Amino acid sequence: MSDMQRVAPPLTTRTADFWRSGADGVLRIAHCRACNFYMHPPQPLCRRCHSTDVGFDPVSGKGTVHSFTINRYQWKPGMPPPYVIADVELEEQAGLFVQTNIVGVAVEDVAIGMKVAVEFEQAEEAFIPVFRP
Amino acid sequence: MIEGKALITGVGISDCGRRLGRDPWSLTAQAALAAIADAGLTPAEIDGVSTYPGALASTPGMSGAGADDMRSLLGLNLRWYNGASELPGQLGAIVTAMAAIGAGLANHVLCFRTVWESSAQTQIGSRSETMRSGVQRERSQWIDPIGASHSTYGGLTMQRYMYESGTTREQIGQIAVVARANAALNPAAVYRDPMSLDDYLASRMISDPLCLYDCDVPMDGSVAFIVSRADLVNDAKRGINIAAIGSAPGFDEAAAMMWSRTDLKPADVDMAQLYDGFSVLTLRWMEALGLCPRNEGGRFIEGGHRIARDGELPLNTNGGQLSGGRMHGFGALHEACVQLRGEAGERQVPKRPQVTAVSSGAEAFTSCLLLTL
Ligand SMILES: [Zn+2]
Repeated sequence: MSDMQRVAPPLTTRTADFWRSGADGVLRIAHCRACNFYMHPPQPLCRRCHSTDVGFDPVSGKGTVHSFTINRYQWKPGMPPPYVIADVELEEQAGLFVQTNIVGVAVEDVAIGMKVAVEFEQAEEAFIPVFRP
Repeated sequence: MIEGKALITGVGISDCGRRLGRDPWSLTAQAALAAIADAGLTPAEIDGVSTYPGALASTPGMSGAGADDMRSLLGLNLRWYNGASELPGQLGAIVTAMAAIGAGLANHVLCFRTVWESSAQTQIGSRSETMRSGVQRERSQWIDPIGASHSTYGGLTMQRYMYESGTTREQIGQIAVVARANAALNPAAVYRDPMSLDDYLASRMISDPLCLYDCDVPMDGSVAFIVSRADLVNDAKRGINIAAIGSAPGFDEAAAMMWSRTDLKPADVDMAQLYDGFSVLTLRWMEALGLCPRNEGGRFIEGGHRIARDGELPLNTNGGQLSGGRMHGFGALHEACVQLRGEAGERQVPKRPQVTAVSSGAEAFTSCLLLTL
């Protein structure tokens, strides 16, 4: 998908550190340092223990395809179909999902349960996490 | 309990269709005046208005007529009104009307839902282009960079549901096939041509395994109801009783809440009008409401006989949103009322239903109602 012209996300107070994280090739996820709970999309407060000691911490970038769909419609001018959109469950925590693209594999070869690892594609100042088998 | 204190006394529907070129105010007025007349009331007696999603927080095509717009347009003297998009599903507009009546804030509440998405897409631009500001921009940062859309949600949900339950496309396709057969008997439905399971399977993929006929169809139209204080209703014969409400976030949570507020059981339900923004969502609702066992929805609807008009659980008898058009749960509620009254004409369910489940929305945006005569 390296030829994709992606729409860059807005770098908001809540999310800028997430989108910039991939500059050094590392995925960082909002993490409660009080009770060791990850949250994505990020929140400024831990929904489990309500601590405000939440920051973006590195994760392994490894996960499993929980569900996927082959998008057939051109929603964005710079993203010609088909391509795969998936919910990837990160290995750090059950139920911790990142919605992403699966790259580096034929769309018909993606399957639920497939092991994948993160890489990044740049869009303006943001680094979009995508996953490859 | 607010159940039992309010009845649906009037139903009204505007002209409905693709690209009517009508403005949303006139559509709403048409439906509202029809509902008021159906309730045997005059506009002067309407003292409350409740709508989803309201005019202010909306996007072009998804509303366009707000609660206060209707006050002005119809010259209503209101004691209470509410238009909101953060509700427990679209039918939350009915729930809030019931709550207002139960609290003594209003006697006769006009509830409505108006869409003119079909025309708006022609005049303004595609759905994705019309949802590009403010809060939507904050939310869309998770969607835009990966080229996702609403159909992505349908595809991901359907794929995972099929994986967990062993359900096939042939089974899920019956939601669309049965809806189309019902739409053939509904003059107001958008798509009325015959459709077979083979047609369904051959239709183009939008977001695998979600195909074209798994997706509901944008349209223009308005549906209105009058919810009235029960002890003010003289002619209760035509009033529809709302036996229980479910307004919690989540399919299972809304369903559990609904069943906790009535002695009726899932086995008592003899007709269902369930949200079908994507066909798989109807199966999620059927299972959450206990109308079939968990993960058995596909096998329950296989062949389509059990959910046909003459089956044990007639489903989406006006064609649903898949063939009838996208009225966001209000079309389903309209159909439920008409069928319960025995006024559905050619498409009337042969064995007149007594207990009907209605639902709207998905995931954390869910509401359901249990209606009885
Ligand atoms: Zn915590």
